[in-house]
Amino acid sequence: MKSELQAILSTLRDDESSIVDTWLDELGAAEPGARRAVQPEAEELVKLLREALAAGADPDAMESQAWAGTRHVLESLSRSRAARGQTAGDTSQFVLALKKPLFNGLQRTLASDPGTLMPSLWTVTTMVDKLAQRTVATFQQAREDIIKRQQEELLELSTPVIKLWHGVLAVPMIGILDSNRTQIVMETLLQKIVDTESELAIIDITGVPTVDTLVAQHLLKTVSAIRLMGADCIISGIRPQIAQTIVHLGIDLQGISTKATLADALALAFEKTGWRVARSD
Amino acid sequence: MERIPILRMGKTLLVTIQVDMQDQTALALQDDLADKIAKSGATGVMIDITALEIVDSFVGRMLTSISSIARILSATTVVVGMQPAVAITLIELGLSLEGVRTALNVERGMELLRKSRQESHLGN
Amino acid sequence: METERAGELPVLSEQNIVASRQLVRTLCQQLKFSLVDQTKMITAASELSRNTLIHGGGGRMRWELVEREGRQGLQLHFEDEGPGIADLKLALTDGWTSGSGMGLGLPGSRRLVSDFQIDSAPGQGTRVSITKWK
Repeated sequence: MKSELQAILSTLRDDESSIVDTWLDELGAAEPGARRAVQPEAEELVKLLREALAAGADPDAMESQAWAGTRHVLESLSRSRAARGQTAGDTSQFVLALKKPLFNGLQRTLASDPGTLMPSLWTVTTMVDKLAQRTVATFQQAREDIIKRQQEELLELSTPVIKLWHGVLAVPMIGILDSNRTQIVMETLLQKIVDTESELAIIDITGVPTVDTLVAQHLLKTVSAIRLMGADCIISGIRPQIAQTIVHLGIDLQGISTKATLADALALAFEKTGWRVARSD
Repeated sequence: MERIPILRMGKTLLVTIQVDMQDQTALALQDDLADKIAKSGATGVMIDITALEIVDSFVGRMLTSISSIARILSATTVVVGMQPAVAITLIELGLSLEGVRTALNVERGMELLRKSRQESHLGN
Repeated sequence: METERAGELPVLSEQNIVASRQLVRTLCQQLKFSLVDQTKMITAASELSRNTLIHGGGGRMRWELVEREGRQGLQLHFEDEGPGIADLKLALTDGWTSGSGMGLGLPGSRRLVSDFQIDSAPGQGTRVSITKWK
């Protein structure tokens, strides 16, 4: 093992508790409550660093198996802070604050070997920088995942599947249709069809401003899946402009029933499912 | 090699696929069904795939083949119980199972077979 | 205890195709994929292992649990030392059929996964890698 890594390892071994203490001081965790909260994470990271280096991990190869434990801890650290609403800066700051205690520790360890001190400090700096970079990347990914999940929840709320009649479901689509949204609606609708044993689903696109080839493709896929399962589908709410776009784009509706309004679609649904509506006078 | 059992209920043959089939099991089912339709004079075949979590192109083609073979032997085939995830995957794969009639469940499937039986009687 | 993060299965028989589906199911459940994602991945694996067996003369499926920026994923590699694909571009176009009259289903399988890579040439075998991210 290179002498710098050996020195870092010795420091982590011999000075572990003082490194953790100095690190927590650096973070400004003066009052005991804050300290207690962060201490376990700090201790675990120091422990994993020690183990990784002892196993011969190379700081230039952060993706290697030897660093797996460290990577996992950094990632879960990042994700939990992302979930708590902290900033990416806070998260990387947590890691970067480890430099000072390690510098101090190395100076003590290498008091009798000043020649190795400079390269060791350099190795520590680049290593801690890489760890911090990793937390930032994970943090960003975690934030995106949280936002995506929130969007999905919103989508589910804004695209309810309604039981219109015995065996007839309706989905009013409102707003811009993108692939993610259509996918979620498709999955929810198909499951509801199975659960309610409905033969017919009406997809109403009155609230959809534009339909382009991609949106049409997604709608067609949804309808195909419904038919494949043995149910049928009517698309309603097709405004004149959308009808024109469909023809203009040469989209083949493959024999799917379409109606201008939800009311017309319901009338057709009654017909298809064998219901007759009569006035009582 | 296991063979999928085929049950007979009047003029209808019932098959319930509950195992992750090897390719040869699927082919054997195809053969057995063709055989049984011819021998029993069945006019309807119901294949229940409620328990199938995966329908790949091989099983898809098997279903299409069974449907075509049955038709030639004057029987109607209906596949019932397709899971949403399976339907979504088949569409993404580009398999629309042309010519295969489907229904949501056994009850609807039997209704479909009954209707098609009536239609063919009227046709005669 | 660290769970395994990689492994391989032979694809030399029909039973192996079933085994590959079952293994991929287990791995997807381990990674807690959604039902639809799991179904798509297992189906893609089924298509590709069948290709490996029937068109590649047999080979193997290697699997790995992968990570990218904190995201987890499942990566599968289907490898054979068979005849290879003469016209890759054509094979990746919808509607193409191979000599036996059965398509390789590559464009379909590609749509089921997040990342898809293929490396093949006549006489050089075939290697297909697919990844599904959570």
